[in-house]
Amino acid sequence: MEAAMGLMRRIPPKHTNTALSALLSLIPNHSSDLLSQVDQPLQVLCDVDCGKEFILCEYNRDADSYRSPWSNKYHPSLEDGSFPSLELRKLEVEANDIFAIYRDQYYEGGISSVYMWEDGNEGFVACFLIKKDGSKTGQGRRGYLEEGAWDAIHVIEVGPEEEENTNYRLTSTVMLTLTTNNESSGTFSLSGSIRRQMTMKLSVAEGHLCNMGRMIEEMESKLRYSLDQVYFGKTREMVCTLRPPSEVAQIRIPES
Amino acid sequence: MIAFILLNESKREEPNNLIHSSLSMAEEEEEEEETELSEKQKIEIAKWFLLNSPPGEIYYVAKDVKSILNDDDLYNQAASEAFPVYNKSHFISLPMPDRSGDVLVTSFGELEGYAYLDPRTAQVAIVDHVKQVCTEVRPATDEELPSPYIEEFRCALDAEILKYVEESYPKGVCSVYCSNGKDVEGPGSDFEFAVVISAARHSPQNFCNGSWCSVWNIEFKDDQQTVEVKGKIEVDAHYFEEGNVQLDAKHECKDSTLFQAPDDCAVSISSIIRHHETEYLASLEASYLNLPDSTFKDLRRKLPVTRTLFPWHNTLQFSLTRDISKELGIGK
Repeated sequence: MEAAMGLMRRIPPKHTNTALSALLSLIPNHSSDLLSQVDQPLQVLCDVDCGKEFILCEYNRDADSYRSPWSNKYHPSLEDGSFPSLELRKLEVEANDIFAIYRDQYYEGGISSVYMWEDGNEGFVACFLIKKDGSKTGQGRRGYLEEGAWDAIHVIEVGPEEEENTNYRLTSTVMLTLTTNNESSGTFSLSGSIRRQMTMKLSVAEGHLCNMGRMIEEMESKLRYSLDQVYFGKTREMVCTLRPPSEVAQIRIPES
Repeated sequence: MIAFILLNESKREEPNNLIHSSLSMAEEEEEEEETELSEKQKIEIAKWFLLNSPPGEIYYVAKDVKSILNDDDLYNQAASEAFPVYNKSHFISLPMPDRSGDVLVTSFGELEGYAYLDPRTAQVAIVDHVKQVCTEVRPATDEELPSPYIEEFRCALDAEILKYVEESYPKGVCSVYCSNGKDVEGPGSDFEFAVVISAARHSPQNFCNGSWCSVWNIEFKDDQQTVEVKGKIEVDAHYFEEGNVQLDAKHECKDSTLFQAPDDCAVSISSIIRHHETEYLASLEASYLNLPDSTFKDLRRKLPVTRTLFPWHNTLQFSLTRDISKELGIGK
């Protein structure tokens, strides 16, 4: 298993699906560990009732069907599918509505879904998912990207209330690829995934949604910053180590 | 840690098919239960992992693959097939045991029996692919080397390219091969060279590896008295401290110059290469500079369109506007 995770750390992120499939067939006895520890690009399905798309994950799955957060129905339809309690469903509906607005403001498009369920421990778990296709044929407004995908998975474990406070534990993963392509610079492609955790004890005075939303917003901004500045920055440093750009300056100055 | 599962039971049957197609294994699968993979399939999968190793990391990937396969015979089979391909496609350089420099492992210099020609020293290096070492060298035979006429062009170009690579790449290795027409004895015939430049940097302690490879195909056209220059540059970088982020950049370009005396050809060809590679590096820099504010913005903005943090404390306003839009029949 350790070796399998070692491989996942090295194989190009665009090959995650193939690599996972390969590992599943090589070591089927570790399949549940693999499936729980390796994050995969998100898939979507269309809710036949309202025509809106929703995101698939383990949390809205029952047997081979997935529950839509919009109509609360399983696709394909399923008898005896499990549902969150009425009270939690109410929060889920609200979360989906608000999160869709949040998503629109940061992503200018994309798809989002929120799923909640009781964890049998007086608390509950919420999963916030965002998928954005930023390519110019998708929803990239500026049209810079030949290929561009951002998949974010935020899972929050919400503990029971203790004296008006609650513990929140957020685990977030972002997977992305971006590729630009033009005559002068060829194909330039960056892809990757990172996962981080954050734990907070917050007052429930303003409600769970408010607390969870703020945590996710902060985490997403941090992840975006690390990817952009740290991770992409490191690959850029590497390019400059391989072929230092000083020569560019030397050549350019006499020309100008 | 919460279990996070995206594949369901029914999808778990897909992997074999996926691997099947992605590895384009020729053998048709039999209509029986897909319980055990055949040895051949295991080897194919092991090879896939090895060949997809980032620059400088095949050794680490090999260790993991070996432990997952848990079968030395299968592993050795996969390694013996994958390493030569990987080494050649990544243009790895290996020090020759007589300290006469590094030999590049490329298809241009490949001779029979894991032997690679080093044109500069006119030697042939015997390579152990899996260990990634050069075990011995021998002088090249006359048949393995180009004619004196060709060698004059090759040698002049090699000297110029070497000068350029030493100036521009702190750890660059280069070689100039005659890829076509090495037995041409004098003017009147076409011939072709391949210039290979390879620079790699491995610093696993900093969770970072990278490589720069460029291959320039130089066609000397005798009848038109021109030299066509076509280049392919590939730059890869991998950063993997608490994550896995990879750069994969490719570029192709072409240019041409006049067919002149060997020394003049060498100078103009190497300045074409220098010019294009310098331009390309600048365009890579530009791509990086465009990331934060333009390219990345199409995925996720730094701040919302409103330019202020999302008003989580006051989301009621949204439900109000939504109710109004519903009533007025606007919106979705």
